[in-house]
Amino acid sequence: MSTRHAVRDDLDSRPWTGPTRRYDILKEGAIALAIVAVLTFGLSALFSSPDEPALTFKGWSQSAPDNMYATMVAEMSGSSETAGYGPPYNVNSDGLSIGPLALQKWFGVTHPIDAAQDFVIAPLQSQQQPDAVTAAVSQWTSASADQRTAWATAYEDALNDPAGANGDATKVPAGDYGPVPTLAAAVVAMASSGAYDGALASAGGHFFNTDNTKQTMLMGDGSYMDDLATAGNLQGNTWGMVNETGSWPGQQWLATYSFWYQLPMFNNEDPNNTVATVLTDNADAIIFAIMFVVILLFVFLPFIPGLRSIPRWIPIQRLVWRQYYREYGKR
Amino acid sequence: MTRSDLDRPVRVLQPSESGGTAEGQKADEVPTTWTGKFRAVWMRTLPPDKMLPERQPAYVSSWIYVFGMLTIVSLIVVVASGLVLTMGGVAWWHTSSIGHYVNSLHFWSVQLFFVFMVIHLWGKFWMSAWRGRRATTWITGAIAMIASIVTGFTGYLIQSNFNSQWIAFESKDVLNSVGLGALINVTDFGQMVLLHVCLLPLAVGVVVVIHVLLVRFRGVVPPLEAIDPMLEVAAKEAKS
Repeated sequence: MSTRHAVRDDLDSRPWTGPTRRYDILKEGAIALAIVAVLTFGLSALFSSPDEPALTFKGWSQSAPDNMYATMVAEMSGSSETAGYGPPYNVNSDGLSIGPLALQKWFGVTHPIDAAQDFVIAPLQSQQQPDAVTAAVSQWTSASADQRTAWATAYEDALNDPAGANGDATKVPAGDYGPVPTLAAAVVAMASSGAYDGALASAGGHFFNTDNTKQTMLMGDGSYMDDLATAGNLQGNTWGMVNETGSWPGQQWLATYSFWYQLPMFNNEDPNNTVATVLTDNADAIIFAIMFVVILLFVFLPFIPGLRSIPRWIPIQRLVWRQYYREYGKR
Repeated sequence: MTRSDLDRPVRVLQPSESGGTAEGQKADEVPTTWTGKFRAVWMRTLPPDKMLPERQPAYVSSWIYVFGMLTIVSLIVVVASGLVLTMGGVAWWHTSSIGHYVNSLHFWSVQLFFVFMVIHLWGKFWMSAWRGRRATTWITGAIAMIASIVTGFTGYLIQSNFNSQWIAFESKDVLNSVGLGALINVTDFGQMVLLHVCLLPLAVGVVVVIHVLLVRFRGVVPPLEAIDPMLEVAAKEAKS
């Protein structure tokens, strides 16, 4: 350490022996509290706060019944996002990774979800159903896993065939679909009555239930919630992490985190760009790792050469202490 | 008091060792209880004039210094409005206009809290306020900010409205992607409520208290280009 730095360090560390001024910390605190209280009460009275009602399965079944119907078919075929998610919900994929590190798999399945059973069969079984539906449930539960998948996949292909039904269940050609169409229609009907919301909320016969994992996962499998989020600029690649419903400020303090999701390399839609596809597919894990490093840099900034010297190179501090420098001079 | 206590010789403190004393205790007695020893250390580390000073160095004269206090008082308003919200339960703000207003107080005080904290942070960065063995002050401030962000995030998750549904759906992918979703389930409303109203505010509170005590202990960092007052005195003495 140079002599100059040693002297400087000594001045910074030892108790100040130079000129002082009157200071009343309690008075400052009281005035600050009054200002913040007035601002808070005023802003609340003027602008209120956001509270867009939560989505329900009843609302979904009434606003977009075809989408809910198709989603139920996907739950049965195993093609929905939840059905193929992987840990912590099931073992149907490995999940994301950071290079060779597949952290998502480390804790295994801690919140198990069987998409067809939990979203279709169990809710239908939880309440009295028309005979046709009861028969369809029996047919499904007594069939082998392969048979179920064959029925649901065949029906899903037929339902989503752009040259055929194209999403319209009434135009699906005849085929070996087993109970799949009946079950999907029964769930939509149940949801339309409002009973499906209750069935999921009390799943497993629990009176008290505060875990909304299954409802949240299912709601995200369709396009109903996704479309509303897109309309509200809440998607991750449109700064959704910092946006709020309506015109209220959101979590602006997450802007650094949200920034990474705006980069093209984490939003690749070109299937031929394999490197970017890997980055995009694993964006959540990679960005988490990046932010972990950013946070370490932030926390330990006083020890990081270069970063800790920026205030010396860009002397904004002269604005802060301009009055002191004017009165008492500077080196 | 036992016989052995009476027989024990009393060591006389040197001036440099003396801490605070309680009524009835002689100033030159070495504290022998945990309480007395703690008080002695406390008084030596943070005596009243350091803890609640009536004077500060002359360089503490910029508006930027106000933002640390504004952050603290905003936190007080955040906690106070949050405590009122806990009285009404987790759906109060959906069903009552008073509940909605209190929810607005919580919402806006959080916004102010973060605005003030970010300004405070930038101010301290440009002042390189970690100088002079104040790195722990910076670190605790940074941890307080991160803990506040996590607390705010859980608050957004328990609004029990569309926004919280969407945030839970989106953010679960982030935590799941690195295995944390197995431990912290953002779609579990109950877990998030308890984290938000109990564990995380406690963490923020503790870190903020440590941060403030460190500020008082180390004092406010001198200006980067301040002239050393001791050198000035020495120069004057040499001249005379």
